[in-house]
Amino acid sequence: MPEKTYLQAISDGLRQEMRRDKRVFVIGEDVGVYGGAFKVTLGFQEEFGPWRVIDSPLSETAIVGGCTGAAIMGMRPVAEMQFADFISCAWDQLVTVSAKQRYRAGTPVPIVVRLPSGGGFSGGPFHSQNPESSFAHIPGLKCVCPATPEDAKGLLVSAIEDPNPVLYFEHKHLYRRIKAEVPDERYTTPIGKARIHREGDDVSVITWGAMVYTADEAAQQLENDGVSVEIVDLRTVLPWDKAAVLESARKTSKVLVLHEDTHTGGFGAEIAATIAEEAFEDLDAPIKRVTAPDTPVPFSPPLEKAFIPQVDDVVAGLRDLAEY
Amino acid sequence: MAIAREAEPVGSLSEVREAGLDREDLLGIYRNMLITRGIEERGHILYKQGKIPGSFYTGRGNEASSVGVATAMGADDVGTPLHRDMGVHVTRGVEPWRIFAQYMGKADGPTKGKDGNVHMADSNLGLLAMVSHLPAMLPVAVGCALAFRIREERRVAVGWFGEGASARGDAHEAMNLAGVRRLPVVFICDNNQWAYSTPTHLEYACETLADRAQAYGFEGVVVDGTDVLAVYREVKRAIEKARDGGGPTLIESMTLRMEGHAVHDDAFYVPKELFEEWARRDPIERYRSWLRDNADLSDSEEDEIAAGVKRLLADAIQRADESSLPDPSTLGDGVYATPEELDTPHHK
Repeated sequence: MPEKTYLQAISDGLRQEMRRDKRVFVIGEDVGVYGGAFKVTLGFQEEFGPWRVIDSPLSETAIVGGCTGAAIMGMRPVAEMQFADFISCAWDQLVTVSAKQRYRAGTPVPIVVRLPSGGGFSGGPFHSQNPESSFAHIPGLKCVCPATPEDAKGLLVSAIEDPNPVLYFEHKHLYRRIKAEVPDERYTTPIGKARIHREGDDVSVITWGAMVYTADEAAQQLENDGVSVEIVDLRTVLPWDKAAVLESARKTSKVLVLHEDTHTGGFGAEIAATIAEEAFEDLDAPIKRVTAPDTPVPFSPPLEKAFIPQVDDVVAGLRDLAEY
Repeated sequence: MAIAREAEPVGSLSEVREAGLDREDLLGIYRNMLITRGIEERGHILYKQGKIPGSFYTGRGNEASSVGVATAMGADDVGTPLHRDMGVHVTRGVEPWRIFAQYMGKADGPTKGKDGNVHMADSNLGLLAMVSHLPAMLPVAVGCALAFRIREERRVAVGWFGEGASARGDAHEAMNLAGVRRLPVVFICDNNQWAYSTPTHLEYACETLADRAQAYGFEGVVVDGTDVLAVYREVKRAIEKARDGGGPTLIESMTLRMEGHAVHDDAFYVPKELFEEWARRDPIERYRSWLRDNADLSDSEEDEIAAGVKRLLADAIQRADESSLPDPSTLGDGVYATPEELDTPHHK
């Protein structure tokens, strides 16, 4: 099987779907001639033409609203936000129109919005955010956050196939850093199914996106201390795989929830509350959350490093739990 | 000095025939206007009787505009009508009993009780259900037009907004994208002079909203929204132009909202003289006298149409009344669509 970067996997998945299904089109800022700010759609316009790879004006509202209308008319739009942060400009279209249209009007809205998210490269307050928790609170939307190249392709295909609005959070820090085997053929990764990234017996880490790799490094350090860490890669936060999380919690009896988004009201709170409600008797320690603090994402490297959960933060949390 | 073209009123029957309407069409328009007003008048009574929960909105004074626009649309065209556009639902063929069922929150309403009042649409008739956030449906209408353009279909989308909603960014983004891509979409601005209690001079500073079209690279037209035939003619031209690849048009239809924002609002802030002036231009009365003068509408025809509408609405209310309320167990149904739902002609 060929090795591909996370970015190539997204790009290949999208190209494959566009070749397979004429209803799939791409719209966003600079996605055409330039190939997108991160080059996910590089070469797409040459292959599919300017009406299937559409350079839009700087208009997030019109991009997402336009996708909604086109989807109701039978297309399968894939919108690109240049950065996930800019989805705030299209909040109303997603939350007011797309998310509620099926429930109240009976009309499915099969759209995908690709959201390059996450920090780690001094992007500052407006090019680094992880806004998945805000949207995980909205019934009618789906939110996926792949961590591996294989899931990046499989979840993109699933998102395009899905009859609902799907927010596809692709972590920018993984784009070119992460490389792994990706099948050439078409396949889907189910939305709502977690993946056990690493099996372990003593402590569980529940996480997703780039934090899967932070958790993995921490787990390797704890292995040297004789502590066996299980890592559950949630892969999708709406819907999320409660069964897999509860199973891991019951197995290890100690849980650390890790995310790159800020603390208060972050999706980790939902996970912790659910474990407390449904697996309280199985726990041997309080659930621990390791998250970014409640601040905007700062620019300067030492500040940003202090903001994003680091391997040491996770190691400290895991040690606390192991010793509890 | 206004930039947009001001549409002439429609005069003779021959002019109307040129625009593609025969006598039967003309009487159909009259009937649809009566049904439109009748639904809202009766709905208002039902609301006062406590049979309709929530709030109640009417489009009195907008019947010519809503029916005129919908009459100009082709069968395969689509639109996103708003809360003053009951005439669009009526003209596209939504059965009145389902509209009353919607008002009453019944299971047989188009939204099955999931949404209220005019937040409804029958997608099989090419209509998309509005949301309260105006004009959030304009970008959606533009998206429909984008789909038609990508597939090179000769279909047109119609997007509605009011003069109040013209102040929001969605209107700008939608019209700008439509202009840049010359998409087959017609924008209808129902300018009824009051956005709740806010008059036009506090919503915009240009002379007419249709003037803005030039800034987006397409034509703007101001039409008298009480003249159903003028509305029809202008919208028909715009739709056919869009169908032929000529790009968007913005049509500003001038009316007065003859009642409050919703029926709880007595509209004390609208000068009495203004109501009196526009009452003399009542769209239904105006059209009725035009039909009598130009199309030989007789007393007996008039009575027959009125009686038919009366019967239709009485039966509709009864049927809606007999329809059941939604079962609370359906609360969680339909938050997410299933793959089978995409197995429709649109989606294949």
